[in-house]
Amino acid sequence: MKKRRLFMRTIILLVLGAAVAYSLYANLTKDDNQKVAAGDQAPDFALVDMQGNKHRLSDYRGQGVFLNFWGTWCPPCKKEMPYINNQYHQYKDKGVQVLSIDIQEPELAVNQFAERLKLDFPIMIDKEKEVMNVYGIDLLPATFLIDPKGKVVKYYTGQLTENKIKEFMEQIKP
Amino acid sequence: MKDVKCECGHVNPHGTVLCEACGKVLDEQEKDNKELLDMRYEGSARRSQTYNKTIIDKIWNFFSSVKVGVWLIIIILVASIFGTILPQEMYINLPPDIYYEQEYGWFGKLYYQLGLHDLYGSWWYLLLIAMLGTSLVICSLDRVVPLYKALKVQRVTRHEGYLKRQRIFGVNTHIDSTDMISVKKHLKERRYHIREENGDLLAEKGRFSRWGPYVNHVGLIIFLIGGMLRFIPGFYVNENLWIKEGETAVIPETGEKYYLKNTKFILQHYDKNKDKTFEKAIEEAGQVVKNYQSNTVLYKRVSKNLPGETPELKKIKEFKVRVNHPLTFVGYSIFQSSFRSELKAMTFNLTNKKTTQAYGEVKIDLEDPKAKYDLGNGYSVEILNYFPDFEFNKDGEPSTKSRVPNNPAFIFRMTAPDKPKGETSFVAIKQTIEPFGENQYKMKFQGIQTKNVSGFTVRKDSSLWVIILGGIIFMIGVMQGAYWNHRRVWIQRKKGQVWIAAHTNKNWYGLKKEIDTVLTGTNIKVPEDQLQVDNADNHKDKGGV
Repeated sequence: MKKRRLFMRTIILLVLGAAVAYSLYANLTKDDNQKVAAGDQAPDFALVDMQGNKHRLSDYRGQGVFLNFWGTWCPPCKKEMPYINNQYHQYKDKGVQVLSIDIQEPELAVNQFAERLKLDFPIMIDKEKEVMNVYGIDLLPATFLIDPKGKVVKYYTGQLTENKIKEFMEQIKP
Repeated sequence: MKDVKCECGHVNPHGTVLCEACGKVLDEQEKDNKELLDMRYEGSARRSQTYNKTIIDKIWNFFSSVKVGVWLIIIILVASIFGTILPQEMYINLPPDIYYEQEYGWFGKLYYQLGLHDLYGSWWYLLLIAMLGTSLVICSLDRVVPLYKALKVQRVTRHEGYLKRQRIFGVNTHIDSTDMISVKKHLKERRYHIREENGDLLAEKGRFSRWGPYVNHVGLIIFLIGGMLRFIPGFYVNENLWIKEGETAVIPETGEKYYLKNTKFILQHYDKNKDKTFEKAIEEAGQVVKNYQSNTVLYKRVSKNLPGETPELKKIKEFKVRVNHPLTFVGYSIFQSSFRSELKAMTFNLTNKKTTQAYGEVKIDLEDPKAKYDLGNGYSVEILNYFPDFEFNKDGEPSTKSRVPNNPAFIFRMTAPDKPKGETSFVAIKQTIEPFGENQYKMKFQGIQTKNVSGFTVRKDSSLWVIILGGIIFMIGVMQGAYWNHRRVWIQRKKGQVWIAAHTNKNWYGLKKEIDTVLTGTNIKVPEDQLQVDNADNHKDKGGV
């Protein structure tokens, strides 16, 4: 009788405890608003760059991918572009690629931006905002570091310094 | 911790105060008491009062306390009040770290730093609610299980001590059989269920109302579960979706499966000539909108493609979404919520300033402007820079605030046969600046074209039925416990006399009146309310019934 009472109470408390724990966990993670966070597999996507080449994320398995989201109206995006360009040249033969995605702006604006800043890495326009949705982009600039296995190593928002970019690229070097 | 066997033969769990079957006082301390019995829970062994050994027991006992439950309610109430002092985060339009300090000064800053701007979603508030839910469950279980058992197992024949110490009690030396028949008839008329055994009688009605409080607690628990369901991804969706006329967009939170096309946005006003009933009101108010409508087409993706690739869509249905008439599909609802007008195109004429002769029209699609517009005969216009939402930035340079064409501005290079190197002109709305000295040509503004953009609210709520169900069950429980009472009347032979005792969980006044009615027309002495007798003896006036 005693054991049964202990058993019943323990079960009930465990069920209640689990419900409480789940609610707290769900609440804490929902506020993060993070659709894709460090540790998740990077969602695959395919976009065509300004030169007409199609880039599919999964094609870059085996290499690190520096995935950057930006817009011309975002001053920190503009500031960090030359740094990204520099490091792109440093690391493209070391197995780190840069994929740059502009959020739904006219081609004219993106082309002029790229020409003016003399950017050499592939730039794609997310015309339907689909990639942006899937990655849960809210603040710009947003950078995802993806390792050679396709896993997100880091998600960074805010302007990057050249040193930080270098550090990041080292991290995802194969 | 052994079970106790009563002299009537029934085995009671340890800690029982009154025997579940006959009501004899088992608790040693209670035995010598002459006071009225505590009839809450029928004197059954509330588990939490008797066992307190393991940590499980201690946790259980903490949550089974009504005092703890009441404190939780008070704390939650006070905490909830704090969330109403300043608007919560979800209702403001600026980022919170700016808004609160800006609008409310030091108090706002403090409010934000303490996390009070997102109070109802905070972990500690949720924890309080969870504790309240736990308290609900454990309080109920702890009481209802022994109570149910005691009421089920009770026998007709009750122990002397039990009857003597009921609040309503009276002794009759003898009752005629005609009177008994009369009493039984009256009791039956008043819908009592009568059980007889060995010449003893138990009349009972309304036992189901004892379960009322437990039913309403179950309702509350279901309500809380419904609230919890909202955390499960996919159960609750509430998103905004803006679609320009003519465009198709993916509907958020549908797993990239559904797409919506906005074919046309329609805005209708009341016509004071046609709607004669409202003529006066319209004259006073001016333009009154009659209808906000978006004609839409719903599509489903049939291709397995990646985000970024053009999907293959299959048309599902067309629907005219109007206010309060949403498009519904697989649990989702799309409501017509808002609209705005956006600039679609701007037209300029390349004009010679002196001769005012125009050399060609340039119509610029603000969503996808061309780099160069060739007007023929050696005349052309290039867009060197395009700012959809123009502003001068901190350094005084022209830049754009966003990608939405709210305030388009251009830096043009106008090439003409007599100006082969081109002239540069900066053109914004109602503003032309010639940065390199006076130009011969200018881009003369001709007109604009606008496009409507419909604002939709995408909503899905799979938790709503649970919440409503919880609410309904709660109300049923409240009615069950409030509008009926559990009444019992014992008429039993003890010591050669006939003893009458009665009990109710609520509304003693009503019970006493009913007993009076049942006993009218008989010679039976009406039993006394021993509580009032005691009070009269003590010269106290409790006043309660």
